[in-house]
Amino acid sequence: MQRQRLIEIGVGAFMALGLLALFFLAMQVSNLSAAGSGEGYHLKARFQNIGSLKVRAAVTMAGVPIGRVERIEFDQDSYEALVTLRIESRYDRIPEDTFANIFTAGLLGEQYVGLDPGGSDEYLKDGDTLEHTQSALVLEQIIGQFLFDKAAGGGK
Amino acid sequence: MDRSEAQGEGTPPLVRIRNLCFSREGRPIFDGVDLDIPRGRVTAIMGPSGTGKTTLLKLIGGQLRPDAGSVEVDGRNVHALGKRDLYRLRMRMGMLFQSGALLTDLDVFENVAYPLREHTRLPESAIRKLVLLKLQAVGLRGARRLMPSELSGGMARRVALARAMALDPMMILYDEPFTGQDPISMGVLVRLVRRLNDASRLTSVLVSHDVQETASIADLIYVISAGRVVARGTAQEVMASDSPGVRQFLQGLPDGPVAFHYPAPPLAQDLLEAA
Amino acid sequence: MLDALAHLGRAGIGAIRRLGRGHLLAASMLLGSGEVLRRPGLLVTQLHSVGVLSLVIVGVSGLFVGMVLGLQGYHVLSQFGSAQSLGVVVAASLVRELGPVVAALLFAGRAGSALTAEIGLMKATEQLSGLEMMAVDPIRRILVPRLYAGFLAMPVLAALFSAVGVLGGWFVGVGLLGVDDGAFWSQMQAKIDFHEDVVNGVVKSLVFGFVCTWIALFQGYDAVPTSAGVGRATTRTVVHSSLAVLGLDFVLTALMFGD
Repeated sequence: MQRQRLIEIGVGAFMALGLLALFFLAMQVSNLSAAGSGEGYHLKARFQNIGSLKVRAAVTMAGVPIGRVERIEFDQDSYEALVTLRIESRYDRIPEDTFANIFTAGLLGEQYVGLDPGGSDEYLKDGDTLEHTQSALVLEQIIGQFLFDKAAGGGK
Repeated sequence: MDRSEAQGEGTPPLVRIRNLCFSREGRPIFDGVDLDIPRGRVTAIMGPSGTGKTTLLKLIGGQLRPDAGSVEVDGRNVHALGKRDLYRLRMRMGMLFQSGALLTDLDVFENVAYPLREHTRLPESAIRKLVLLKLQAVGLRGARRLMPSELSGGMARRVALARAMALDPMMILYDEPFTGQDPISMGVLVRLVRRLNDASRLTSVLVSHDVQETASIADLIYVISAGRVVARGTAQEVMASDSPGVRQFLQGLPDGPVAFHYPAPPLAQDLLEAA
Repeated sequence: MLDALAHLGRAGIGAIRRLGRGHLLAASMLLGSGEVLRRPGLLVTQLHSVGVLSLVIVGVSGLFVGMVLGLQGYHVLSQFGSAQSLGVVVAASLVRELGPVVAALLFAGRAGSALTAEIGLMKATEQLSGLEMMAVDPIRRILVPRLYAGFLAMPVLAALFSAVGVLGGWFVGVGLLGVDDGAFWSQMQAKIDFHEDVVNGVVKSLVFGFVCTWIALFQGYDAVPTSAGVGRATTRTVVHSSLAVLGLDFVLTALMFGD
C-alpha cells in the first residue's frame, strides 16, 4: 500500500507538471495572456505612423528597457496611432517634455519606442500623454526622400 | 478407494469429448478423439511430447476452437457459449500452467487473492482469511510476501495451485505438473494433487508424460498417440496393454512406433552426397 | 523468379494479416474502454510506468534540444541582425514540431519498447493465458489501461518537452548570448498563437500517443512467445512507431498548417 501511495503521488506530480507546462505555453509563450498585468504606470503617445511597432515591444531610455508597449489603437478623429506604454513604477521621474521616437533595432530588426528625456522639472504621471513624438522611419519614404533630394541637387 | 469404479456409469461424465479434430498450420494434432472425464476422479492424459496434450487442455478451457467435434463441460458445449457464459464456466475451472503463470508484478498473497478480487465483492478481511487457508493447504502460508521471481519452480506451481483453488472450482486442469521437478517437490506435488482432489470433491485432469508419478495417483488413464486415443483404463490395465505404441511410451523404449531416427534418407546415401 | 514473386506475395499477405489483427485488437480495446472508468486505479498505476518514468528522459532531451535551437538559431539570425526573433524560432519549432514529434520518438523508445517487452513476456510466460483461464479478459484488464495511459501521458510529456525546451533556448539566448529578454518573450508571444500552435501541438501528441501505444501493445500481444520473439517485437515497436510518428506528422502538419 505504501508503494501504491508513492505511485499516486508520482502520477499526481506528473499531471501537475503537465498542466504547469501547458499553462506556461499558453501564458508565457503564446499570445493567450491578454495585454500584460498591471505593474507599473501608463503613458500615452500619439504617432503619425508607427511602422511595424507591435504590442509588447520594448520601451527604452538611453538604451535601457524601462517598459513595454501595452496597447496600440487607431484614433479615427485625428487619424493617428494612439500607443499606450506601461513604464515600470521605479522609473517615475520622466520629464514632461520627453520625446518619444520609434526606432528600429538593426536594419531588419524589431521596432521599439525610444524615449529622449527633456529638461523639465515636472514629471509624467499615470495616464499622461507624451506630447513630442517622432514617427517611425519607413524605409520606402527615406529612399523616396533621398532620390528626390538627389534629383533636386543634380538639377542645380 | 475402488479404482475400477472410476468408469462407473452412475453420473454423466463432467467432460465429454466427441470426435475432436484439431490441426495447427495444416498439421493434424487430433484426429477423432473421444474422451470422457468422470466426476470426482483424477484422470490422466498421457502421451509422448508433441501429441498436443496441452492443446487438449486449451480446447477444454475454450481458449482454442476445434476444427470439428465437440467438447462438453458439465453438459454445456464449450465452443457454442458466448463470451459471458464461457467466462462464467471458466470461473468454475482452475488451470495450473506448466510455468505457474503467476503475475510477476504481484507477490504470492496478491496472486492468490487475484481471482477473489476480480470475481467477488468479499471484504478485505474475508479475502485475507481465504487466501491464508489456500496457502496453508499448499504449505506456503509463510511465503506470502515473496515475489514470484523469488520462488523455486515447485513453489511457483504450488502457489499457482492455491490460486487455481481460490474460487473453489469444480475441476482443475493440470498441465505437466511434475515436469522438471526434483524428487522432493515432485513427491509434494503428487500428494497435493491427490489430497486436494479427495478433500475438495474436485475433478482433476492431469496432462503428463511422467509415467510412474501419474500412474500412482490417476484413477483413469488415457494414452494419446498420433492424434488418437490408443489406450484407456486404470493404471494396471494400461500397463498391461500390449499395443506397441503404449508399451514403448510406458516403458521408455528408445525405438518403436515413435522412431529413434528423425525421417531421413539412408545414411550411406547422405555420406556419399557429401563427398 | 517465380519463387521471388511467391516470396513477395507471402510477405505481403503476412503484412496485411498482421495489419488486420492490429485493427481488430484496437477495436476490442476501444470496446473495452469502460474498464478504465470502472477501475481508475489501474490507469494510475500505468500512468506511473508510462508517464512518470519517461519524465527524466523527456525533460533532459527537451532542455538540450531547446539549448541547441537557441545556439543555432542565434548564429543564423544574428547574420540578419534579427537575433531578437530567437524566441519565435525556438518556440515555434518546439511547440509545432519538435515537442510532439521528439517526445513521441523518445516515448516509443522508452515506454513503447517497455510495454512490448512486458506484454510479450506475459504472453511467453503464459500469464495472459492464465488470466483468460481465470475468466479475466487480458485485453480489458491489461491492455486497455495501458492504452489510455499512453494516450493521456503523451500530451503531458510533449508539453513538458516544449516548455523545458523554450526555457533552454531562453537560457542560451538571453543568458549566454545576450539577446534582449523582453524582445525574446515579446516576439515569441506576438508570433505564437495559442489555438494555431499550442492546441494543434497537443492534438498531434494525442494522435501520436494513441498510435505509439497501440503499436507497442499490438507488437507485444502478437509477439512469438519466445525470448527471441519478444526481442524482435521490441525492435519492431521502435521502428514502426518512429515511422508512424514521422509519417503522421507530415499528414497532420499538412492538414493543420497546410492552407
